[in-house]
Amino acid sequence: MSYIPISEQDKKEMLARIGVESVEDLFCCIPESIRLKGLLNLPGPLSEPEILEYFEERGKKNSFDRYLSFLGGGAYDHFIPAVVDYLSSRGEFVSPYTPYQPEVSQGTLQVIFEFQTLICQLTGLDIANASLYDGATGAAEAVLMANRVKNKKRLLVASNVHPEYRQVIYTYTRNLGLEVVEIPYDRLGRVDQKGLESALNSHTSVLLCQSPNYFGVVEDLKSLGELTHRHDALLAVVISEPLSLGLLEAPGKLGADIVTGEAQSFGLPLSYGGPYLGFMACKKEFVRQLPGRIAGQTVDAEGRRGFVLTLSTREQHIRREKATSNICTNQAHCALRATIYLETLGRQGLKKMAWLNLQKAAYALETLTAIPGVSRKFGGPVFNEFVLEFPTDWNRIKQKLEEKGILGGLALGEAYQGLEKCALVTITEKHSREKIDRYAQVLREVLK
Amino acid sequence: MINVIREPLIFEISSPGKSGVRLPNLDVPEKLDVLEGLTVREDLEGFPEVSETEVTRHFTRLSQMNYCVDFGFYPLGSCTMKYNPKLNEKVAGMASLAGVHPLAPEKLAQGNLELMKTLEKLLCEITGMDAVSLQPAAGAHGELTGMMLIRAYHEAQGNPRKYVLIPDSAHGTNPSSAHICGYVVREIKSNDRGTISLEDLAREMTEEVAALMVTNPNTLGVFESEICQISEIVHAKGGFVYMDGANLNALAGITRPGDMKVDVLHLNLHKTFSTPHGGGGPGSGPVAVKKILEPYLPVPIIEEKDGQYHLNYNRPKSIGRVKSFYGQFLVMLKALAYILALGPAGLREMTEIAVLNSNYIRKSLEGVYHLKYDSPTLHECVFSDKFQKDFGVSNLDISKRLLDYGLHPPTMSFPLIVHGALMIEPTETESRRDLDLFIEAMKAIDREARENPELLRTAPHITYVRRLDEVQAARNPILRWEKK
Repeated sequence: MSYIPISEQDKKEMLARIGVESVEDLFCCIPESIRLKGLLNLPGPLSEPEILEYFEERGKKNSFDRYLSFLGGGAYDHFIPAVVDYLSSRGEFVSPYTPYQPEVSQGTLQVIFEFQTLICQLTGLDIANASLYDGATGAAEAVLMANRVKNKKRLLVASNVHPEYRQVIYTYTRNLGLEVVEIPYDRLGRVDQKGLESALNSHTSVLLCQSPNYFGVVEDLKSLGELTHRHDALLAVVISEPLSLGLLEAPGKLGADIVTGEAQSFGLPLSYGGPYLGFMACKKEFVRQLPGRIAGQTVDAEGRRGFVLTLSTREQHIRREKATSNICTNQAHCALRATIYLETLGRQGLKKMAWLNLQKAAYALETLTAIPGVSRKFGGPVFNEFVLEFPTDWNRIKQKLEEKGILGGLALGEAYQGLEKCALVTITEKHSREKIDRYAQVLREVLK
Repeated sequence: MINVIREPLIFEISSPGKSGVRLPNLDVPEKLDVLEGLTVREDLEGFPEVSETEVTRHFTRLSQMNYCVDFGFYPLGSCTMKYNPKLNEKVAGMASLAGVHPLAPEKLAQGNLELMKTLEKLLCEITGMDAVSLQPAAGAHGELTGMMLIRAYHEAQGNPRKYVLIPDSAHGTNPSSAHICGYVVREIKSNDRGTISLEDLAREMTEEVAALMVTNPNTLGVFESEICQISEIVHAKGGFVYMDGANLNALAGITRPGDMKVDVLHLNLHKTFSTPHGGGGPGSGPVAVKKILEPYLPVPIIEEKDGQYHLNYNRPKSIGRVKSFYGQFLVMLKALAYILALGPAGLREMTEIAVLNSNYIRKSLEGVYHLKYDSPTLHECVFSDKFQKDFGVSNLDISKRLLDYGLHPPTMSFPLIVHGALMIEPTETESRRDLDLFIEAMKAIDREARENPELLRTAPHITYVRRLDEVQAARNPILRWEKK
C-alpha cells in the first residue's frame, strides 16, 4: 500500500525488537470471539486512475451544471479569486492539527486572529471566535449562549429565519427545558413587531432574527434591538449572506448583541452543502460565554508578538461538562479560505462585490416582475434575494422552467403555509444581464 | 527555507486604494433608489487593502510558520495524524461534484447522492452497524447526535432517564456532549489496568442511567477486553452503549464495534479515514447505529430505489436536523476515495501497521520514560514525565524541546488519569526512519534533562517564536487587531 512506508524487512526487525513473533500477537488483548475471521466485504483496492474514473463517472450523473441556476437560500454561487484555491491548498495549511503547539503553528494562529478581526469589522462587534460548523449550528449556539447570559428560558426565533436553521435550533434546545417561540412576519416580509411585542416578556432571553432574512428582506434591526432590550433580552442576528455586510450597516452598530452566520459566500464552493463556515461575534462582556476556539495575542520569551489559543477554560477539554459548548474540531481551513478571500477583495473589492449583487438583483426583480402574472411578494428592501409570487402553484412553474434548463428559485410552500405560489430567487455577481434576460424570456413563455 | 522575515498582520501592510482582485463592471443600469429603506454602512473601517502579490506573500510566509504532516512526524495521541493522500484532494475538487447546489432537485444530484449512500454502506460494513447518518460535522457533533438518539429512544419509552456514565479517561467532549443533551454525568474511575471494572460498572448502572459512553481502545490505547460483558451489564438495565470511535484506527478490519454489542458510535473521518485536519477542521463525524436507533436518525436520510436516490424528510421519530444540508460533503468524498484505495486487505494492514508502529515506539522508550500502566496497548501509548520530574523537567519542557529537533510533540497532559502525560500515536503512515528519528530525539532529550535541564526549560530555541506567554494571553485578552 503506497500510503504505508513499512517494508516486510522493517516489519520483521520491528517485531523482533518488540519481542513478538507476528503482528497478530499485538492484538492478543482483543477476545477471539469478536475478531473478524476474514476480510471485510469492501470494494477495492482501486488504483489511482481507477479512483479518478470512479468519481468522474459519478460526476457525470450530476446534471446540475447543465442548468442556469437561481438557487440560493443559504448557499451561494459566488466568484472565487484564483489565489484562494492556490494559497489554501498549501500543505502547510491543509495538513496541520489544531494549533496546540503555538510555537510551530503561528501561521494558523495568525490567520485565525486576522479572521476574528475581519469578522469584528464586518459585524461591528468587539470579539469573534475562530469558527463554528455552519450557520445553522451557529444560530443554535447563539440562542444557547443568550440563555447562559440572561439565564431565562424563553427564546424567540423569527419565523423568517432559514427553515433549516430553525430545525437545528429545535433539535439543540428540546432536551434542555427551554421554550422556543416563533415570531410571525409582516407584509413587508420582516419580523412582525406587534407579534414580537406581545411575545416578549420578563422570561425572554433573546430574539434571534435573520438579516437579510430567508425572504431576502433586510430587517429593521434598530427597532428590533430597541424592543428586545426594553424587555431585558438580547438581540441575536444570524446572517446567511454575509456579503451583504459589504454594503449594509454592521448589525453591532444597530443594537445586535450577538451576530452569527454562515460565511460560505466568502470563498467556499457550493460543495453540495458542506463544509461551510459558521462564525460568531459578540460584545466583549459576553466573552466567557462565547463557544468555540479563540486566538489571542501575546508575547514570547524574547518579548516578540505571537498568537495562542486562549480563554480555553470555556472549553470542553478543560471544563468537560461545564463547558460553554461541546465543540472541538471546527472549520479552521474554511476560515482560512474566507480570510484569504476577504483580504484579497479588501475594502474596495468587498464593497464592489456587494454593489454588483444589489444592483443585479434589483435589475432582475424589475425585469421579472414586468412579466404579467409575476409580482413581488414582500415590500421590504432586499439585497440579492427576493420572493416572487406567481398565478399558480410554484412547483408547476418550476417544473416547466426546469424542462427549459432553468432552476428558477426555491419553493417556499413546504416551510410556509400560504406561500405555495411563491419562490425565493437569488442573484449573484455571476449572473450576467444576458442570463437574467434569458430567465425572463423563458418565464414569459412558460406563463403564457 | 528558514523564515527570517517577521510577518506583520495584513492590516499593518494595508494602504488605501489597493485591491487583490479585478471584478467586472456592472452590466445593468445602476439605480440608486434601491437603497431606499436600507441602512447603509459608511465604510469598511480598517478593512485591508493589499495587492494580489502582497496577499500571496503574506499567506506563503504564514504557511511556512506551520508544522504539518506533509513535513514530518505528528504523534498527537487520539488525533490520528496520518498522511493525507493527495488524490483525495483532487477528487474533492472535481467541479462536477463540488459545484452542485445543496438544494438542487434530487434528480440533478444523483451522482452525489450515490456517493454518500455508498460511503454509508461501507461505514456500516467496517463498523458492523446497521445504519449511518453522515450529517454531523465533527467528532463532538457526532457524539451529541448519538446521545440525542439515545435520549429520543428513552423518551419514546416514557422516561428519558437522568444519568450518563463516563470513565475518567474519556475525551472532554464526552461529558460535554452528554451535558448539552440534558444528562447528568457520572464518572467511573479506571482500575489499575486503566480500564473499566465490571464491579464498578454494575454498581453504577441503574435504570436511571441512559447510556455508558466508552472509548475503545481507551485513551491509554488499552482495549477494553471485557467490552461484551460491559455491554451486557448496560443492556440488562435498559441502557445503551455509546462508543467514541476516535480510536477506530486500532480496530478497523480486525474487529467491529457492532460485534461488541455497541449500540451507537461516531467516527472521525478526519482521523481514521485520512481526511486532512486543516489546522482545526473541517472534520466529519458520521454516526452509526443499530436498528433499534435507526428511526431516530437526523433528517433527511438517503434512500435508494431502483437505482434512483431520494432524500426522505418524512421520519416522524427523527431527532430533526443537527446541521444545515447533509454534512461535510467534500470530506466524505475524501474518505470514500481512501477506503476505495485501501480495499479490505489494505484497511486491515492500515490498522496492523498503526499498532506495530505504536508498540515499536513503546518498546524503544520503555525504561527511558515512565509508563504508568503496563497493560498491552494498540495504536497509541501513554508515557509520563515522572522520571524527568526529578530533574525539574516537565512534559511541557520535553514537548517544547522536541520542537528544536524538528518534530511535533505528542498530546500533552491527557488522559487526565496519567499525571504529566505524553500520549503518542504514530499511525501507520510513518516510515521506520521517521519513527527512529523520534525515538532517538526522545532519548537525547532524556539525557539533556539529566545533564542540562535548563536547556529544556527554556525550549524551544530555534522556532519562529520562542515559548509563548499563555497566561498573559488569557489574563489580558487581545482578540483582534485594532487601529492605533
